[in-house]
Amino acid sequence: MAQRIEFNTSPGNYRHWRVEYDGNVATVFMQVDESAGLFDGYELKLNSYDLGVDIELADVVQRMRFEHPEVRAVVMRSGRERVFCAGANIRMLSGASHQHKVNFCKFTNETRNTLEAAADDSGQMWVCAVQGACAGGGYELALACNYILLADDSNSSVALPEVPLLAVLPGTGGLTRLVDKRGVRRDLADAFCTVEEGVKGQRAVDWRLVDESVKNSQFEERLATVTAEFATAQVSRGDRSGIALDPVQRDIGEDGSLRYSCVSVEIERDKRLARISVQGPDTDAPADLDTLHREGQNTWMLRCVRELDDALLQLRFNEPEVGVLVFHTAGDAERVLAHETAMAGWRDSDWLANEVLLYWRRLLKRLDVSSRSLVALIEPGSCFAGMLAEIALAADRSYIAEGEFDEMPGPEAALQLSALNLAGLEMGHGLTRLQNRFYADAPSLDAAEAAVGVPLDAGRADELGLVTWALDDIDWEDEVRVFLEERTSFSPDALTGMEANLRFVGPETMETRIFARLSAWQNWIFQRPSAAGEHGALQRYGTGVRGDYTAERV
Amino acid sequence: MAAPQAVDYDTLIPNNVGLSKDKRVLKALEKWHPGYISWWNDLIPKQFQESLVYLRTAVSVDPKGWARFDYVKMPEYRWGVLLAPEVEGRTVPCGEFAGEPAWQEVPGEHRATLRRLLVIQGDTEPASVEQQRHLGMTAPSLYDMRNLFQVNVEEGRHLWAMVYLLQKYFGRDGREEADDLLRRQSGSDEAPRMLGAFNESTPDWLSFFMFTYFTDRDGKMQLESLAQSGFDPLSRTCRFMLTEEAHHMFVGETGVGRVVQRTCEAMREAGIDDPYDIDRIRALGVIDLPTIQKKLNLHYSLSLDLFGAEVSTNAANAFNAGIKGRYQEVRLEDDHKLHGDTYPVVQIEDGKVVLKDMPALSAINMRLRDDYVKDASGGIKRWNAAIAKTGIEFSLALPHQGFHRQIGVFSDSHMTPDGDFISADEWSARAGDWLPSTADRDYIESLMVPEFTPGKYASWIAPPRVGIDNQPGDFEYVQLHMA
Repeated sequence: MAQRIEFNTSPGNYRHWRVEYDGNVATVFMQVDESAGLFDGYELKLNSYDLGVDIELADVVQRMRFEHPEVRAVVMRSGRERVFCAGANIRMLSGASHQHKVNFCKFTNETRNTLEAAADDSGQMWVCAVQGACAGGGYELALACNYILLADDSNSSVALPEVPLLAVLPGTGGLTRLVDKRGVRRDLADAFCTVEEGVKGQRAVDWRLVDESVKNSQFEERLATVTAEFATAQVSRGDRSGIALDPVQRDIGEDGSLRYSCVSVEIERDKRLARISVQGPDTDAPADLDTLHREGQNTWMLRCVRELDDALLQLRFNEPEVGVLVFHTAGDAERVLAHETAMAGWRDSDWLANEVLLYWRRLLKRLDVSSRSLVALIEPGSCFAGMLAEIALAADRSYIAEGEFDEMPGPEAALQLSALNLAGLEMGHGLTRLQNRFYADAPSLDAAEAAVGVPLDAGRADELGLVTWALDDIDWEDEVRVFLEERTSFSPDALTGMEANLRFVGPETMETRIFARLSAWQNWIFQRPSAAGEHGALQRYGTGVRGDYTAERV
Repeated sequence: MAAPQAVDYDTLIPNNVGLSKDKRVLKALEKWHPGYISWWNDLIPKQFQESLVYLRTAVSVDPKGWARFDYVKMPEYRWGVLLAPEVEGRTVPCGEFAGEPAWQEVPGEHRATLRRLLVIQGDTEPASVEQQRHLGMTAPSLYDMRNLFQVNVEEGRHLWAMVYLLQKYFGRDGREEADDLLRRQSGSDEAPRMLGAFNESTPDWLSFFMFTYFTDRDGKMQLESLAQSGFDPLSRTCRFMLTEEAHHMFVGETGVGRVVQRTCEAMREAGIDDPYDIDRIRALGVIDLPTIQKKLNLHYSLSLDLFGAEVSTNAANAFNAGIKGRYQEVRLEDDHKLHGDTYPVVQIEDGKVVLKDMPALSAINMRLRDDYVKDASGGIKRWNAAIAKTGIEFSLALPHQGFHRQIGVFSDSHMTPDGDFISADEWSARAGDWLPSTADRDYIESLMVPEFTPGKYASWIAPPRVGIDNQPGDFEYVQLHMA
């Protein structure tokens, strides 16, 4: 699987999805092209999916928000007869490397999370219309929607057949959505997960697996009613129409470097690290909403977040051996804050301002679940302010340059917090990165929150505990070099585990439980012989011969 | 324990499985019974329910003398639970457990797979009765009407057989599945039958004959493979069902044969040689041979779809688990495990149909379909011999297996009956040459006028050579109640 995976797509290039718009209701049809798998060696039968299918779905969800803000309710349904979705393609999984399987699950969960949040964040309610079989990851798609309508025709069913069939953890997000979101009783969930063919009709309702079971003859009518009810119940933020999202423009160097308009990625392969540089805005913040909408996808905050998002995905999927991501910024901190402040001021009245800020929140969450070491280097001339300061707070280590540096011109390095660091960019578990940083240390949190609005030089940032180390020009180069070299020398697995454990402090939400359990259990099962061994269930799938299971309980 | 041979008529449900001692299952079946009767009563037109039909009822499972013929009102037919005799020392015939003693109880591990197979098989039994429900009104003779009803009551009994297994061995889930078998309806939007061919209509008697010849033959092959199950009660059930299924094949083969016969005779009498002189032939009130070929094309291709995809994980699992064998598994000479073996499977490569060796385990469906094709070609030869005898130059033929397919490797392409790939446009333009058109259907429907006089036959069908149970030609197979 050495080919480069591309995340840029647009409706004209979709192979697997079709979207129809009708006023404030959109209908998303899943109709997977069997022959258009991302890799060779499998056919996407029965609306089963691989990463390529999910990349398109992520694009659908994203565009729904930016290009069709008028949409208030979205119906997800199958474009095929008698099957909703058979879940992740098993032959793809059995052929995929461990790394790809893990990243596939992570990406699909990020997509489902954004779909899930669409109602609360963007006032877009997803309704899932299940006719035919809906199994495994297919049911997880339904679970991510806000409401599930199941055809009561004694053929349609929902199922999580992974345990009996494949010896892996059910669903895409473990079983968290099943018990946390839908509130399925644990013993019934246990029974559900061991019945290969799933549960139909009224029992699916009784067990809370779906919201309604409706006869086919009344299905369309009921679906339309439910959808219309949801559509009218959702608030809208202004009536300005959508903006276009063209594919993100970038150049890929032969060495794997990436150049966007305000983001660049340099890869130092021998050191197994990537330097991600963000260039602050080169223009003033939009003066008013008309200007913002006229700028549309070109406004700096949106352009920057899209480019960063693409860069992170490129690194995640196409550069698995790059273990450390080093973040740099360059530009005018005041201008960054001007853009951000304008956007935050408009968010309640304007959908676009709201969406741009939500996108930044999602990007930062994607950073939080990265399996790479994250390092922020706050150097002279940098602009770690507001949402860019949040990158430094998301990092596992942050270094700030103290005083003036001969070899790095520009104003003295500083970190600057804004109102957005106190609310609006919360992590998956609901805390701000400041609350997360000072979880059991209220005085420090208070002090940091009180420091909003003023540039914090190295001494002050260090004093407030906002950076790991403040280093002057005598120590900077060596300390940073040694740290990076040391990081590269450690076991990547140990680091991933250590970092993931330390990044989230305190409470859990469904979202964090999904990622945590997925990492702990699914990734473990994917390594074990019962599923992934030469004679395991995944390798044996389709041969008719059962997998050999290891009897020991671990 | 050897199964009692005699059928116990003491309970509401005739059986040879000791139901009167099995209170739990008896109770469950008695609870299911009213729903079944009301399904039956809703289905079959009233006047036929009240008529006396000369039916064969199973009175024993002895291979020699198990049937008794008598007049019966259909709702009073003794649907029962009958299993073929237990074979002493029977072993699992195939898969990873081959050679171990056959299971008398469901192994927990295979419970879900077995239940699903039973439900799919069970679903087809009432479906065909539903598909054929209106045919009594247009029966071309009392003889044919009786055959229709015989097929119907036996499909009903086959439903009973599957329901018994579900209720006896699959607990609460089995009971719910049994209820659902009565809930689904052929062709319904609400709750359609599980397999495509069982939601198609059977609008006329030629369709019925084709259905019993081709589609019931798929049923026969499925029963043959389930008769090879390591789960002994299923094997015994299916072995007995096969003895009844043979009659359905008989109805199909002789039915089509009699239609062909009548057409050729009428052409001869009128001095018509050219089988494509369709208008003149139709003017004789018979069905022209090219239209019969079109009907054959339709039913054969729909029936091939019932075998599922050529390469199938489910089929491989079922075989390896010892749940479903190959056709006549015990007579095959190999290790019955198939690990490492291959079987040639049709594939499309560079626009050509080729055979490629695939793992034999995954190719179980393909193999059963090949056996089916062989089995189905016998009747064609006999029909052609009958045509040749009349001196008319025409022969019926099975279309290429890639013709008009919705499932499997051919489902994405279009093919002529001769096996040439054609474009979608060409298909749309020419499909009417190969499949019955609306006009063809209308014509056949116009012939469907009932003939209820004993010993008389509609214009388009020849009388049978011998009567059922050796009854004379004018025997009143159905004493109609026309209130």
